[in-house]
Amino acid sequence: MEQAKIIKTAIRIRDLVFRRGRNTILDGISMDIQQGSIVAFMGPSGVGKTTILRLISGQLKPDEGTIEVNGQMVSRMSDRELHRFRRNIGVLLQDGALFTDLTVFENIATPLREHTDLPEPLLRRLVMSKLNAVGLGGIEDLMPHELSGGMARRVAFARAVVLDPGIMLYDEPMTGLDPIAVSTIRTLMRETNDALGLTSIVVTHNVTQMSQLVDYCYIMASAKIAGEGPPQELNSSTEPGVNQFMNGKMEGPIPFHYQTPGTPWGLLD
Amino acid sequence: MATLGHYTSKLTGPVAQSGQCLLFLMRMISSIRFSAAQVRSVLQQIYLIGARSLVIVMICGFFVGMVLSLQAINALEQFGASDQVSLLVVKSLFRELGPVLTALLFAGRAGTSVTAEIGLMKATNQIEAMELMAIDPIQIIALPRFIASLISLPLLTAMFNALAILGSVVFSIGVMDMDAGIFWSKLQTGIYFYKDFVGGMWKSLVFGGLVGLVAVFFGYTAKPTGAGVGTATTNTVVLSSVLILVFDFIMTSFFT
Repeated sequence: MEQAKIIKTAIRIRDLVFRRGRNTILDGISMDIQQGSIVAFMGPSGVGKTTILRLISGQLKPDEGTIEVNGQMVSRMSDRELHRFRRNIGVLLQDGALFTDLTVFENIATPLREHTDLPEPLLRRLVMSKLNAVGLGGIEDLMPHELSGGMARRVAFARAVVLDPGIMLYDEPMTGLDPIAVSTIRTLMRETNDALGLTSIVVTHNVTQMSQLVDYCYIMASAKIAGEGPPQELNSSTEPGVNQFMNGKMEGPIPFHYQTPGTPWGLLD
Repeated sequence: MATLGHYTSKLTGPVAQSGQCLLFLMRMISSIRFSAAQVRSVLQQIYLIGARSLVIVMICGFFVGMVLSLQAINALEQFGASDQVSLLVVKSLFRELGPVLTALLFAGRAGTSVTAEIGLMKATNQIEAMELMAIDPIQIIALPRFIASLISLPLLTAMFNALAILGSVVFSIGVMDMDAGIFWSKLQTGIYFYKDFVGGMWKSLVFGGLVGLVAVFFGYTAKPTGAGVGTATTNTVVLSSVLILVFDFIMTSFFT
């Protein structure tokens, strides 16, 4: 029974603490993320959502606690192990981060060229199939600056999934997109996740966009998890921090003022 | 105490940065792989930073040759030795002016573009995206530009020297009516291939490495903001220029 539970948990985080100087960004976070699910980290800007993504991908090391992804302890990996580990992770950054001096085709082909020895015709077919999957067949020769924001995000999505990763990490994937592009990206995320059996983590502060997509949400506030559950449950939550964030209220436990150590604001808590 | 800490960090900062720069060089060297993709990437960079610097280097070389001849003829005429002009011009070109001036031009033309390009890649998260795709940005971005700089600068220096000699020929023979036979025979007898030409080429190889390392290092460590990339670009020109002149003196003093 215990073994079955381990197999189903893709990401296990225990007592995670991360500090920047004297500021504690994450304070004792624990969670289990089930395989095949889409999970959102939500919360106000600057609360440490992206920091969690960076800790999961191994870009940052925690000060305390552990992060386990598919049974591998990310927080203790050497550079070489991290390099191998990241081949199984797809990341969609906030602005897509396409390589500006490469064509769309070469952008998607780059991970394949680096990590596989596929012959050119096969590589071409694979890249074109990913490009067609995001509905952009025929733009392979364009440069990134010739694409709209939504198209660039879709190309970045195709690049992120080209190696068929087991885990997908999204950092604000819909920021700055029009409603049609948002729906397109959302559908792509859901369909890809279900078709490939991925585990996806989405960092966002947009409540309405995420309610229609994710299976489970973590609301973060003041370096801790203020609430968690399926989006429908959180919408009706009476927990003050969750209620404040979900309804966009100014009054509540999530402070309006930036809190620095040693200021009078600390005395008011 | 805070002031003391501030001044201490001002003193230790450059030392720490030099150490980081050397570590960066070691990382680049350790990431060398003789693959077709890497060779292709180096060739592409040789075209972008080397071949595209050719025009400015050739124009400057031509005029440096002319002005050197003008000054040399004026000075040598006082001693009745104006027939030695080709010897003076070409020796100073091969040994000092060719390598140093080309390196300074290269730092301004190619070094800045490399720093700005890498800095901008960092500011737009392209470097981070590579790391997340398990692609080593030092191997893919920094190394080809460094090697291209190492290869391009000696070739550009040779081109600078050739155009400077042409400038000297045009001015001395074409304008000042010097005897062409004397001009070339002085060169044949007074210029030594290894001592003069190859000695200068070694210098330009070292300068190529210096400019390449400084440019990629400052680009890679630039703050990911507009001001950060601007500062990094300025630092590349300033530090490259200083290092070129310092290393020129060291190499001339100890190895010539």
